[in-house]
Amino acid sequence: MSIAIRNISKQFGAFKALDDVSIEIPSGELVALLGPSGCGKTTLLRIIAGLEYADQGQILLAGDDTSARHARDRQVGFVFQHYALFRHMSVFDNVAFGLRVKPRRYRPAEAEIRRRVKRLLELVQLDWLADRYPTQLSGGQRQRIALARALAVEPKVLLLDEPFGALDAKVRKELRRWLRQLHDEIHVTSVFVTHDQEEALEVSDRVVLINKGKVEQIGTPESVYDHPATPFVANFLGSVNLFHGRVEDGQLHLGEHQVGAADGNDGKAVAFVRPHEFELVPGWAERDGLPATIVRVVSVGPSAQIELSRSDGELVEVSIARDSFRLLGLGKGDQVLLRPRHIRVFQAEAQAA
Amino acid sequence: MASLKRFSPLPGFGLAMGYTLVYLTLIVLIPLTAVGAKTLTLGWDAFWSAVSSPRVLASYQLSFGASLLAAGINVIFGLIFAWVLVRYRFPGKGLVDALVDLPFALPTAVAGIALATIYAENGPVGELLKRFGIEIAYTPYGVLLALVFIGLPFVVRTVQPVLADLEKEVEEAAAGLGASRWQTFVKVILPHITPALLTGFAMAFARAVGEYGSVIFIAGNVPMVSEITPLLIITKLEQYDYAGATAVASVMLVISFILLLIINALQGWMQQRYTAEA
Repeated sequence: MSIAIRNISKQFGAFKALDDVSIEIPSGELVALLGPSGCGKTTLLRIIAGLEYADQGQILLAGDDTSARHARDRQVGFVFQHYALFRHMSVFDNVAFGLRVKPRRYRPAEAEIRRRVKRLLELVQLDWLADRYPTQLSGGQRQRIALARALAVEPKVLLLDEPFGALDAKVRKELRRWLRQLHDEIHVTSVFVTHDQEEALEVSDRVVLINKGKVEQIGTPESVYDHPATPFVANFLGSVNLFHGRVEDGQLHLGEHQVGAADGNDGKAVAFVRPHEFELVPGWAERDGLPATIVRVVSVGPSAQIELSRSDGELVEVSIARDSFRLLGLGKGDQVLLRPRHIRVFQAEAQAA
Repeated sequence: MASLKRFSPLPGFGLAMGYTLVYLTLIVLIPLTAVGAKTLTLGWDAFWSAVSSPRVLASYQLSFGASLLAAGINVIFGLIFAWVLVRYRFPGKGLVDALVDLPFALPTAVAGIALATIYAENGPVGELLKRFGIEIAYTPYGVLLALVFIGLPFVVRTVQPVLADLEKEVEEAAAGLGASRWQTFVKVILPHITPALLTGFAMAFARAVGEYGSVIFIAGNVPMVSEITPLLIITKLEQYDYAGATAVASVMLVISFILLLIINALQGWMQQRYTAEA
């Protein structure tokens, strides 16, 4: 079931939470809404669910305008960050809730309800917990029950608000892999909100980057990571080094140094280079590259993290394979030239805060 | 080796429990025992005739009936009160919140006189009601009215924090699953606050059973009709029938105690069902 978000705007007092947001989500896709806290992503999710109403714009589910419809009539499954399970009901009754509150005409027989709840609990691999109460479960288990409960009514779309936000790191990793598998199994159109770029890139088919109530970029994880459309996206996805310089004849210049090839119009520019996109050349003898001095080396795991100081005192982070770094024979205090393999350049005026 | 002392992770159990028992004995048990002891000075026959006279039975019926009914009414309206105070914002909310406690603070006699003045035949409200053939003052309805008045704060104050505790998300989850407003209330909100409602009911009931000051002014105290048990006890005391008074009182105590035990057990059973920690 596809979701179309058309020109949604929402204001809380003087604060513009969403500003003319439009997103098309094709049927069966798993989409991440990614952005810093307070960017409006949760508000957008709640508007899709009907828990909040937009000041302007429309929400279309499968081409059907649902903007004016109440949450209970939208057939949308919603999973909350803090689970929102019914504490006085057993796990079984929690999952059965959506089926039992259906109008009598549409309500399945009790035996059918039992069968469906059992199947859902098997789907989330927790059928052995059916008689427990939510307070007796771990956080990860609660969230899976919340998901089973949302799926019980066979929603057209599934919305998840920071579903793993309240869990510890290890469980979070497990659960997001599990969510991806589950989605591949049931193919319900899903939108989840997160501020964790790693989570968004790992789990989703497509990522929607939102900042200050506006969509910055929409694309597959690879495309937004490799080809950020705005300085905000470049900055938000993964760690990045930022340079203020100017572009002349397709080359990025910082002060009197020519750093490397960069496409873009001539003029003042903001450039981003990821730590793993540098080459290190020992010594300051050659012309190309940015001179720097090694300040610190952390050589743990597969790659070496090197902190360097430019001549103007700015710090640069570089990450290269440990073996390559060892071959260079460099250490603290050595002088090197930094040569980026890939530079992303944006006009200086477009620089985000 | 044998005297290796075990330390509890929650220290101070012995001391705290000791204080609790001593306090309970001094404040509650000794006076109650005195009531029992005085009652025992009557023989069985005298006791039975003291507590089973028609006038006494009628007062039991009125006292317990009106108290249960008043507590029930307070459950319904106390819930609405708590709901309004928790869920909505409106000008003067702080004032309304403070007014709820007023029946606690007001001397009960003042409340009784005020109610009697307003609801008497020549009072502003009483006069109006009389045109419709309704009489409140000097009837059992007057007793009920006074008991509702003094019991109001209990339910409001027990339900209010529990209701505030219920996350908005739980209701949103119910709505998202297709539940109507009414289904959400009955299946999600009500079970959450029922233990608090029961506590409020028990407190309002206990207070109503023992209430004296506010009732006697509006009740009219007509024997067999609007005479409450506490008044009957005072009447016996004024006639120097101490043993008779304690006999009536001890029966009242036993009935109250049994009713409160039942409510507590019911509440414990409900709590236990879903707050059992793993």
